[in-house]
Amino acid sequence: MINLELSHKHEETFAQVMMLAEHMMRPYSRKYDKEEHTYPVEMEEVNKLIAGNRASATGKSKTPAPDGTVVNGGNMGSVVGLFGLCWGDVGLFLGMPGSGLGNAAITAVGTPAQVEKYGSSYAAMCITEPSTGSDSANISTTAVLDGDEWVLNGEKIYVTDGDRSDTLVVWATLDKSLGKAAIKSFIVEKGTPGCEVTRLEHKMGIRASDTAAISFSDCRIPKDNILGSAEVATDAEGRKKAFGGVMQTFDNTRPPVAAMAVGVARAALDMAQALLKEEGVELLYDKKPVSLNAIQAELTELEAEWQAGRLLVLKAAWMADNKMPNSKEASMCKAKAARVGNHITLRCVALCQSLGYSEQHLLEKFARDSKIIDIFEGTQQIQQLIVARRVLEKSSSDLK
Amino acid sequence: MTEAAQDPLFDLTLTDEQRMNRETMQRFAAAEIRDLSRLVDNRESDAESFYPKTAELGLNLLQIPEALGGAGMSRSPVSNALILEDLAHGDLSLALGAVSPLGFANTVLDQGSDAQREKYLPLFCEGDFRAATSALLEPRATFEPTEPATTAVKSGAGYVLSGTKSMVPLGMSAEFILVIAKLEDHTPAAFIVEGSSEGLVRTAEENMGLLGAGLATLTLDGVHVPAEAMLTDFDLHRFVDLSRLGICALAVGACQAVLDYAIPYCNERVAFGEPITNRQSVAFMIADMAIEIEGMRLMTWRAASRAERGEAFHEDAYLAKIFCAKHAMKIGTDGVQLLGGHGFTKEHPVEMWYRNLRAIDTLEGIASL
Repeated sequence: MINLELSHKHEETFAQVMMLAEHMMRPYSRKYDKEEHTYPVEMEEVNKLIAGNRASATGKSKTPAPDGTVVNGGNMGSVVGLFGLCWGDVGLFLGMPGSGLGNAAITAVGTPAQVEKYGSSYAAMCITEPSTGSDSANISTTAVLDGDEWVLNGEKIYVTDGDRSDTLVVWATLDKSLGKAAIKSFIVEKGTPGCEVTRLEHKMGIRASDTAAISFSDCRIPKDNILGSAEVATDAEGRKKAFGGVMQTFDNTRPPVAAMAVGVARAALDMAQALLKEEGVELLYDKKPVSLNAIQAELTELEAEWQAGRLLVLKAAWMADNKMPNSKEASMCKAKAARVGNHITLRCVALCQSLGYSEQHLLEKFARDSKIIDIFEGTQQIQQLIVARRVLEKSSSDLK
Repeated sequence: MTEAAQDPLFDLTLTDEQRMNRETMQRFAAAEIRDLSRLVDNRESDAESFYPKTAELGLNLLQIPEALGGAGMSRSPVSNALILEDLAHGDLSLALGAVSPLGFANTVLDQGSDAQREKYLPLFCEGDFRAATSALLEPRATFEPTEPATTAVKSGAGYVLSGTKSMVPLGMSAEFILVIAKLEDHTPAAFIVEGSSEGLVRTAEENMGLLGAGLATLTLDGVHVPAEAMLTDFDLHRFVDLSRLGICALAVGACQAVLDYAIPYCNERVAFGEPITNRQSVAFMIADMAIEIEGMRLMTWRAASRAERGEAFHEDAYLAKIFCAKHAMKIGTDGVQLLGGHGFTKEHPVEMWYRNLRAIDTLEGIASL
């Protein structure tokens, strides 16, 4: 039965998160934007409250839904929560323990023992290298088995929460000549000899989130710390499956990242509309855009674009909750929400003129923060590539 | 009561009935609409013989109460949106004509009196196609749907209508026309005008597209209507909003047709030694079409489902219309671009769809769901 409203339960979740966002995040937005790399200690309280909500929500949904009934579950809850948290502040959210990709990877592919030991740690994800970004199958960091230990060597960059995390999930190759199939991920505890945070990046936005470069030189970790099988598939089918498995983590994480864009864009729209209203410019949804003044007309268009992005995110999350393959939809929502998110935040600065550009308000910060969302977790162009391959039924060797 | 019943969930699952209906509509659109639309656009055929065929679809029947000869289902803007999407996948212009009586009947059902429902709705349940339509647009560049200039002046026991209406689907053949006008106190009102009324002058329009929809300009030169012709519960804003749902649904189907046509063409078209879809500039254009169509569809469904549940849906319909109008034209123009010079010729339908899709922005007050 078609219904595109949130369930009451998720409406409640959203309302609670918005309260936290407004009262416990926004007051610190400017502070941690100015004090780059300072740990936003106030977010620990927010994190506790969210973890509490999450625990009570999971507790309730323990009774499995009967077959064939629709589920609005964890994926939906996660994107709805992110709409609110990133309305509060994308940078502060990313600086919260447990917000990183590492936890998602451990939960998705870890053994029960690994999930038990590391599932609730503060886990960051190390994929990108100085000369390897979107083509993550091309990484050069190596892992070699030596007795009961893996020995890691290489350099990772753009590790979100790389400094503050206590666990790292590191992508490395067992043998670069074997291509994608030899790429495995490993759990490395911070403090392991040979693993060192070498630098923190200075960034245009999400400055509350630490983004680290981490080097691995003869870093030895226990043999059991490999995520998934250590076997390297030899046939084409197996190779595709092995790397596909790693990449599938991203199908689950793209909608949440797209949800961040929805959140920050909403923040910009709300703020711009409030500022414009003080000067008598209001969005009334009455006349056709051609009959409105240019500011009103553009605001209506931005609202429409925002809503389309939001609905695409909800659809992808709904599909995930209902066990439907959603790789295409996950990329669609990431492509759409991230690009309109960036566009909206930039236009809101321009629409409010010097008020938008000034650090007196947060519009300029939203416009700086939003840009990264169209880059990390798969750039706009990577999402378009994934959608195009699905829609055109093309392989990655045909459509490069 | 189950938890689900207390807390309606976000859901995109079609009902079995909606799925079955979609199959019927899709078959009809492929068999009866797609090929004919080209002939009609070329003026090699007219749509005269087409519209009677649409009677077999029983578009109006479903929501008309059993007592009036219909199937007595509750009116479902969502189910209607799906139907319109599928018909427009065949062709926007013939779909627009085919659903004009549905828009008329829906409005009488939604905003008429019992007497008006009893008088008009049974006519749509007799198994024949009855041409009926709505007339809101007026030939002005600054036209606003909520500010019609056509006047309705009280005269004796009835009203006298004066003004000009443009882009009226089935305007030449309609037996019943819902004319939107303003009363002397500027309150908007709607009147059921019978096609045979004296003073009603119909002129077939020549437009850049939508040739199959039978668009006409209707001049109302002092047309007398009885007081009973005025819809008793007419709400212009609601009427415009419900019609926007229909126009958006038509746009979604028409745009999906562009995408579905461009994909195999571009996959087969070879340049520089390989299919052009092996190149990102082409492939990304197609990816973006797919993304925006999905956005259009979800915006439309959301507004329609809110309307269906009796929730406020004005803002949703407004935003859906803006979104659909903008992206429909982008998709229309990209469809031609993807086929290159071939797309510009009448050898392929994309140039026709380009011309048709330009109208989504302009159309108002028709195809009410």
